[in-house]
Amino acid sequence: MTRGSAAAAGGAGEEAVRANLLFGPQPDVAKAAGYTDTPPRMGFFTDTSVCIGCKACEVACKEWNSVPEDGLELTGMSYDNTQGLGADTWRHVAFIEQRKPLGGQEPGTGHQDVDVFDAARSLGTSASSPGPGATAPTPGSAPVGAPAGEISPVSPDGRTELRWLMSSDVCKHCTHAACLDVCPTGSLFRTEFGTVVVQEDICNGCGYCVPACPYGVIDQRPHDGRVWKCTLCYDRLGVGMEPACAKSCPTDSIQFGPLDELRERAAARVARLHAAGVTDARLYGENPEDGVGGDGAFFLLLDEPEVYGLPPDPVVTTRDLPSMWRHAAVAAASLAALAAVSFARRPR
Amino acid sequence: MTGSDVTRDGVEEARPEREALTGAHTGRRRRRRGRGERSMVPEARFSSYYGKPILNKPVWKPLDIAGYLYLGGLAGASSLLAAGGQATGRPVLARTAKLGAASAISLSLAALVHDLGRPARFVNMLRVLKPTSPMSVGSWLLAGYAPLTVAAAAADVAGRYRMAGAAATAGAAVVGPAVATYTAVLISDTAVPTWHEGYREMPFVFAGSAASAAAGLGLVGAPAAQAGPARRMAVLGAALELGAFQLMKRRTGLAAEPYEQGRPRTLLRAAEALTAGGAALAALAGRRPGREGRRLPATAGAALLAGSAALRFAVFHAGVVSAEDPKYTVVPQRERLDARGR
Ligand code: SF4
Ligand code: SF4
Repeated sequence: MTRGSAAAAGGAGEEAVRANLLFGPQPDVAKAAGYTDTPPRMGFFTDTSVCIGCKACEVACKEWNSVPEDGLELTGMSYDNTQGLGADTWRHVAFIEQRKPLGGQEPGTGHQDVDVFDAARSLGTSASSPGPGATAPTPGSAPVGAPAGEISPVSPDGRTELRWLMSSDVCKHCTHAACLDVCPTGSLFRTEFGTVVVQEDICNGCGYCVPACPYGVIDQRPHDGRVWKCTLCYDRLGVGMEPACAKSCPTDSIQFGPLDELRERAAARVARLHAAGVTDARLYGENPEDGVGGDGAFFLLLDEPEVYGLPPDPVVTTRDLPSMWRHAAVAAASLAALAAVSFARRPR
Repeated sequence: MTGSDVTRDGVEEARPEREALTGAHTGRRRRRRGRGERSMVPEARFSSYYGKPILNKPVWKPLDIAGYLYLGGLAGASSLLAAGGQATGRPVLARTAKLGAASAISLSLAALVHDLGRPARFVNMLRVLKPTSPMSVGSWLLAGYAPLTVAAAAADVAGRYRMAGAAATAGAAVVGPAVATYTAVLISDTAVPTWHEGYREMPFVFAGSAASAAAGLGLVGAPAAQAGPARRMAVLGAALELGAFQLMKRRTGLAAEPYEQGRPRTLLRAAEALTAGGAALAALAGRRPGREGRRLPATAGAALLAGSAALRFAVFHAGVVSAEDPKYTVVPQRERLDARGR
């Protein structure tokens, strides 16, 4: 039936789908996996520009999924002590400290010459002081005490200051999921929601999916042998609830919903940030034309992906699998030929 | 950059308690170079998340899985030697190769089961047959191949069931080359840069390495009069292995860098010396048959067996190194992205 719809839709993208199911855009992952009547594909949009690094998602995920503690380590590298995704970290909040001003935000902290009593007296009376309850100056207005005609000075000598980037990382629930493709037991499967889940009662602990994942998500639990990763709260989805992390996120940095809708929301958010002067804002993993056919969990980032520990241009490993098998077949034939030549009698 | 810049009123350059770098400054810089050898690739500058790896590195135990790659190759190529030996009337060579194939594949299965944790898990491997999973394909290959080798060896040792033994020997020789090369697909079908980037040449490296190992076993076990094919196979296999490896290193660029550093480098140098030396000794043994007695071919054979093993371990460890350092993931991908112009 996908074949029929492909013929109807035509187009170069559809050609790619037909040519090689291991790679390229795949408009309906659940149907391609054999489901007939499916809900829309669900996913995450993680807007890191509003993340405050509170780690509510990490905690909620552990609580709901009974994920064991993963070695209470103090790494000393930053405020991040979970370091990365693994068998016992299904959500991971990255903390990045940078020497850059956050776009659209004034990080200046020099308020020595501000008379706070004066400022308090004029609360609610001047345009630059929007009154009790307001948390931000009205756009275009300078804070009290700022030099006329300027938004507050960035720093005394023009140096840029620090900024924090925080980002809650998770399994990407790839359109073409390498982990799922290479699993020899069928333990990893595609759900009706288009997400990727491990069945822990079938997993063999062969560990093949671990190096196959281009994002470094899935991992083996020591002393258990089996692999674990985010299930996008399959159990909650089944009863119409949103995943625990999204539910607990106080800033709505983690948004859950039908992927199409999330993509629209994300595009609008990027446009707004760009208009506000945050030119660094970009989406990561939302493009169905990318190396993994687009992610079911994608991100709004404020810097290059590698800064957050994400691969800049991941490609599903099975894209090259047909070529690998061909090379191996030729090599096997060469080996047989080599043996035959070894037995051939040399002419005297 | 020793002074703090998180200060006010121009008191920057105050020394912090300890040196803590931030942002762009935390990317891991140059690592130690291979001893005295010129790096094949230019220095890579890149950003990363506190130098943490991007990929999760393989969780396989080196002895189990590198051993599995080695023994699978040894068995697969030995089956060819066995069938050839049987067809051309070289009974000792054939028997050595049959016994070698049967024990190598049994040991490799044991290694696999040891890595999985318990035997039932190998049976679980045969739940489904998935062409997208080289491990699934390989499990089925082994399930078919291992009994054939055991039957061939048993019939030979028992000296009975000639027809069945011949059929099993022939069958094992048909499946053998696939057993020897599928393992290259197994490791290449991952995101590990050094393994994945080399997917074109890796099957040939493995085929050559399998041939030289099997030839080594033949040289150790068979008398000089019957070992002619093993000597020729040693030379051809070594040439294929070393040639394909050079090609792979040249073509994969940065991804081949781990082969030139640390433990993989030591293992690789050992593999090259042992394989080339073993092949040369094998050729020499052919020129002066009988003169040196059993010593020369046995030395050649042992060197070839050890060389093939060292190569598998070098490949294994280089892959792990490339997964642990984000450089090997970020730099090529970043270049690809920039070349596409975003
Ligand atoms: S991110 Fe990794 S673990 Fe998650 S679906 Fe993709 S390949 Fe699988
Ligand atoms: S470790 Fe488990 S889930 Fe991963 S590939 Fe092996 S059987 Fe499949």
